[in-house]
Amino acid sequence: MNRYTVSLFTENFIGILNRVTLIFTRRGVNIDALTASESKEDGVHRITIEVTTTEDQVLQIVKQTEKIIDVIKSFYYKDDEVVYQEIALYKIPISSLDPGLEKVIRQYNARIISAEKEFVVIEMTGHKEDTKALLEILKDFNILEFARSGRVAVAKPMGTIEQYLNN
Amino acid sequence: MKDSRIRGAEIVIKSLVAENCDYIFGYPGGAIMPVYDALYDYADQIKHVLTRHEQGAIHAAQGYARVSGKVGVCMATSGPGATNLITGIADAQIDSTPLVCITGQVASPLLGTDAFQETDVVGFSMPGTKWNIQVRKAADIAPAIAKGFHIARSGRPGPVLIDITKDAQNELSEFNYVPCLGIRSYRPYPIVKDSEITAAAEVINAAKKPYVLFGQGVVIGNAEEEFKAFLDKTGIPAACTLLGSGALSEDHPQYVGKLGMHGNYAPNLLTNQCDVLIAVGMRFDDRVTGDLKRYAKQAKVVHLELDNAEIDKNVKCAVSVLGDCKESLPMLTEKVNEGKHDEWLAAFRTLEEKEKSAVVSLDLLPTKIGLTMGEVIRYINDYKKDDAVLVTDVGQHQMIAWRYFKYKTTRTQVTSGGLGTMGFSLPAALGAQLADLSRQVVCVVGDGGIQMTIQELGTIMQTKAPVKVVLLNNDFLGMVRQWQQLFFDKRYSFTELDNPDFVKIAEAYNMKATKVTERENLSDTVAEMMIHEGPYFLEVVVEKEDNVFPMIPTGCSVEEVRLS
Repeated sequence: MNRYTVSLFTENFIGILNRVTLIFTRRGVNIDALTASESKEDGVHRITIEVTTTEDQVLQIVKQTEKIIDVIKSFYYKDDEVVYQEIALYKIPISSLDPGLEKVIRQYNARIISAEKEFVVIEMTGHKEDTKALLEILKDFNILEFARSGRVAVAKPMGTIEQYLNN
Repeated sequence: MKDSRIRGAEIVIKSLVAENCDYIFGYPGGAIMPVYDALYDYADQIKHVLTRHEQGAIHAAQGYARVSGKVGVCMATSGPGATNLITGIADAQIDSTPLVCITGQVASPLLGTDAFQETDVVGFSMPGTKWNIQVRKAADIAPAIAKGFHIARSGRPGPVLIDITKDAQNELSEFNYVPCLGIRSYRPYPIVKDSEITAAAEVINAAKKPYVLFGQGVVIGNAEEEFKAFLDKTGIPAACTLLGSGALSEDHPQYVGKLGMHGNYAPNLLTNQCDVLIAVGMRFDDRVTGDLKRYAKQAKVVHLELDNAEIDKNVKCAVSVLGDCKESLPMLTEKVNEGKHDEWLAAFRTLEEKEKSAVVSLDLLPTKIGLTMGEVIRYINDYKKDDAVLVTDVGQHQMIAWRYFKYKTTRTQVTSGGLGTMGFSLPAALGAQLADLSRQVVCVVGDGGIQMTIQELGTIMQTKAPVKVVLLNNDFLGMVRQWQQLFFDKRYSFTELDNPDFVKIAEAYNMKATKVTERENLSDTVAEMMIHEGPYFLEVVVEKEDNVFPMIPTGCSVEEVRLS
């Protein structure tokens, strides 16, 4: 089992996310994280899915997703073939804000993005291992809430979807 | 100035006319009534067949599509009408049958409110359709239908569902039909790569015992002639899958039989002795391969396939050729050497003789008292035309009829292969018959399957379609009973049926009906049926506990095929 990033380029068609996730569901592959956004091409959306499975399985999934009429192209990558980031938000009570916390924030390259009367929100962008490490530390600061996004990723191999669209 | 706009309902019909749709199989209801009202004015251009259940409508559309090669069209109302199509949608998807299913939907302001007869049929059918869409504006109807037909019929065909809200059916809009010629995200015909053809030819040319397996891809690609040319040049023996039957005449000197759980002995057994396995338009279904871990491990596999997702899905291949076999086969034929494989072919014939004496003779020329299913098919062969269509249901009779029916030409095989849908055959036979009234259509059905859609005898009555229905009655759910006998210690749990008087039922539907219980009456009655001008119902009471052999039990290897 390995961690893979499946990157799909799709038309912006109603239900496309449902159709894509059905392929994973049917094969019993759990989706670890999912993000969807626009791409640089007008009308082309991209869906980034993180899964832990075998290469055979992810290859089949990619082929099956490409059969969906509104999927333009689907790729899969190992972690070293993509540049990826996730964003994590941590809600900390204002009472926990002390020099120790400030040091941690600086150390992790995190930042306070909102200060409210009763809490502050810290944001950190990075790989899951890094945001998780900060989470562990912030537990000592009575963390109130934690949320992490799915992966946003771009592939290291050059020129993929453009080549396909222009062919 | 006169308003040139027309109602969405009329746009539906005019779009279907533009797609050369000549038959709609359907069932009206509240949410599709505007379309049915519009259809009333187009009776001279499109015939509507009122089935007795929506499942009947979609199976009829499947039968029509498989025989005509065109897109089958069915129509139903919202809610239960739409959900009754789901079995047929799944069936068409797995057997690659081109369909456009049109369903009515509640008016768009009611969507999501659990309104009367509202179901999320787009959600229900999403995993089973090649594509589906809900249309909520009249202006979107014609583009959706154009796109639907293009998707249904192109590439690897499949079912499409278009759900149209009632307000869209009533709304006024301009009608301007533009056929769909392409979709950016959809490339149904991959370009065949010369490098793949060269690699395939190299492997084939080096083979000592090459072996071809062909499937429905040959039929879908209209590549029967190209396939035959490839065989004629190479001299390679060829066996077919269930749905590939008919793509090559069984009279062809290199035809060696049928593959799969109840296929022929030689083609199954020798799969594990060839050195190169050339799969053409088939998908290595588990009913063909048996235990994958022990399937053709000695062979280099060359796979000619249109659907990229099928390549390496079940069987890893040495060389794959992605593309329509109509295009790839002639390219390959050019590059392969002329050849003869007499010795290798003789190995098939030797085993064929073994199967003949152990199984076939007993089935076709029985000496015991009870009638066999095989001898019924033998007589059908005696009286059928070359292009007669065999439509079968699911079970023992399906396998027996498939094994013994002599396929001579293409598009003569209609059955529920991948899904195994009992109740398929009666409506599918009706659709097959309406696709070509000049051909003989023989529907072979069991006593279990017929009772799943027996009401479609009413549709046959109303259309007067001259379908020959052959009921092979053993008062059992025969295939399940066979498994219970072989693998469940003869514990016949709920497989015996107390059956009605089928002949009386058929007669009540105004069909000429006969029941045969004695061997001496069989030949004449089959002959009478086959020349009868109208629909005919023949019930044959067959041996209660006959089994279908050869058989590859589930989980076994193809080389463990049993003759008894």
